[in-house]
Amino acid sequence: MNPFLLSAPALALFGVMLVVPLIMTFILSFHSFGFYTGIEFTFGLHNYIDVLTDDYFYEIFGRTFAIALAVTVICVIIGTPMAFFLQRMRAWTRSIMVLIVLGPLLVSVVVRTLGWMILLGNNGVINSALMDMGLLTSPFRMMYTSGGIVVALAHVMVPFMVLAVWAALQRQDPATIAAAESLGARRSTIFRRVVLPQAMPGILSGSLIVFSLSASSFATPSLIGGRRVKVVATTVYDEFLNTLNWPLGAAIAIILLVAVLVIMVTWNRVVERQFAGVFQ
Amino acid sequence: MKNGAFAHIFTVLFAVFMLAPIGVVVAVSFTAEGFLEFPPSTLSLRWYWAILDNPDFIDAFIVSLKLGFVSALLATVLTVPAGLAIGRGRFRGRDALQALFLSPLTVPTVVLGISFLRFLSLFGMNGTFIGLAVCHAVIIIPFVLRLVLASVTGMDPSIEKASVSLGASPWTVFRRVTLPAITPGVVGGFVLAFITSFDELTVSIFIVNPSTTTLPVRLFSHIAQTTDPLVASVSTVAILFTVVVMLIVDRLYGLDRLLIGEGKR
Repeated sequence: MNPFLLSAPALALFGVMLVVPLIMTFILSFHSFGFYTGIEFTFGLHNYIDVLTDDYFYEIFGRTFAIALAVTVICVIIGTPMAFFLQRMRAWTRSIMVLIVLGPLLVSVVVRTLGWMILLGNNGVINSALMDMGLLTSPFRMMYTSGGIVVALAHVMVPFMVLAVWAALQRQDPATIAAAESLGARRSTIFRRVVLPQAMPGILSGSLIVFSLSASSFATPSLIGGRRVKVVATTVYDEFLNTLNWPLGAAIAIILLVAVLVIMVTWNRVVERQFAGVFQ
Repeated sequence: MKNGAFAHIFTVLFAVFMLAPIGVVVAVSFTAEGFLEFPPSTLSLRWYWAILDNPDFIDAFIVSLKLGFVSALLATVLTVPAGLAIGRGRFRGRDALQALFLSPLTVPTVVLGISFLRFLSLFGMNGTFIGLAVCHAVIIIPFVLRLVLASVTGMDPSIEKASVSLGASPWTVFRRVTLPAITPGVVGGFVLAFITSFDELTVSIFIVNPSTTTLPVRLFSHIAQTTDPLVASVSTVAILFTVVVMLIVDRLYGLDRLLIGEGKR
């Protein structure tokens, strides 16, 4: 049967419900907004010029990508060893650990963020515990800070990193480790010289997933960052549902989309050039 | 090579990190006080009874259940034929087709949210259940497609040829041979799609109205204003629901297979 005939229903849905709305948002970003008149059907680059010439928006974009970068680094540092240990566990410990690592992916981000709000607050679990132990005299502020957002987002994103690295490790030949062992290599040497290079494709693809999801995340920055610490996604939300300046919000969103796509394409280019051998 | 002491300590700390925020929500939900306290000084089910006095949470839960079911069903019905075409065809435009169907994973969800809002509001469909279900179907189709593709490519094409040579009609081949062979992928895809829709916030928050508010949106707007033990008890019920689904999936299909999207074990 003709493959396009089989795909036709899904194709129709994507045409009407994805391609058209995205094009409409792109067009919307060139319109104007009047406080009394609403959306005016003009056509110009003024929204983009507004965003690109305002320090306020630079700060928001800078913060968003800094948070995404920090989350990615943390996920690489803790996710890679976890995937490595997972690979070598006994079957039943592994199945429990898989539930613990991947299970939170199935719990709503809102619920997980609520948990972090309870942990990170000034009267929260962590601060109370540290003050009871006498390690702190006054609470260390973590709510409504970028640092708090990074910690909570790392929790949301790290399962993706573990999955990506683990998938890469499953493709490696266990004989390579045995060979290194038999030649007298220490554990740390084996990890650095044998395991890590083979896990690299997983780390790189996991980093890309974590970075792009973090850069566009909404729930966690919104709840942990509050009104003050804004990121791109929460700014778009405010423009659409509070200020009602849809054209400006659309322009910010399009810039985010383009930035994420450019980073993805560049990253893939660099990775393919650097690791041409690994992917064959 | 076995894991050493460092590996054990690391694994325990990692498990604590993963479970702490979820455990703490469950723990504080059992408080008898009117505010969040950890650990609760006295245990009570007071905040679980309080859910019954807040029908908007119950309504939102029901909306989310219905929405998850309808959108996952829609996504699965549309994706199975497309997955069969992409999974075994060698035709021009195959890669483009696959890239298109996976593209909702690449586009930031907030961009999808405003695009759906703009599109639906032009047709007066904003806030309707149908509009919500169709938008959810778009964003969960990539998850279904990956699992359907994994089972289609893992299937032996000669069994279909065998049934054709025995005189089966195309429909019989699909119903009696192809569909049973890809059922694990289809069921896995449906479940993952359901859960993704059930938990979805960023798109939904733009396109719900008060009567179609989903549970994540309801929880989000409540938490953004105040964190009381009520959100903890509602969250605990949602967690419990997820745990049940998760254990069933793990038994039937394997959680790692479901989330990696490959038939590797």
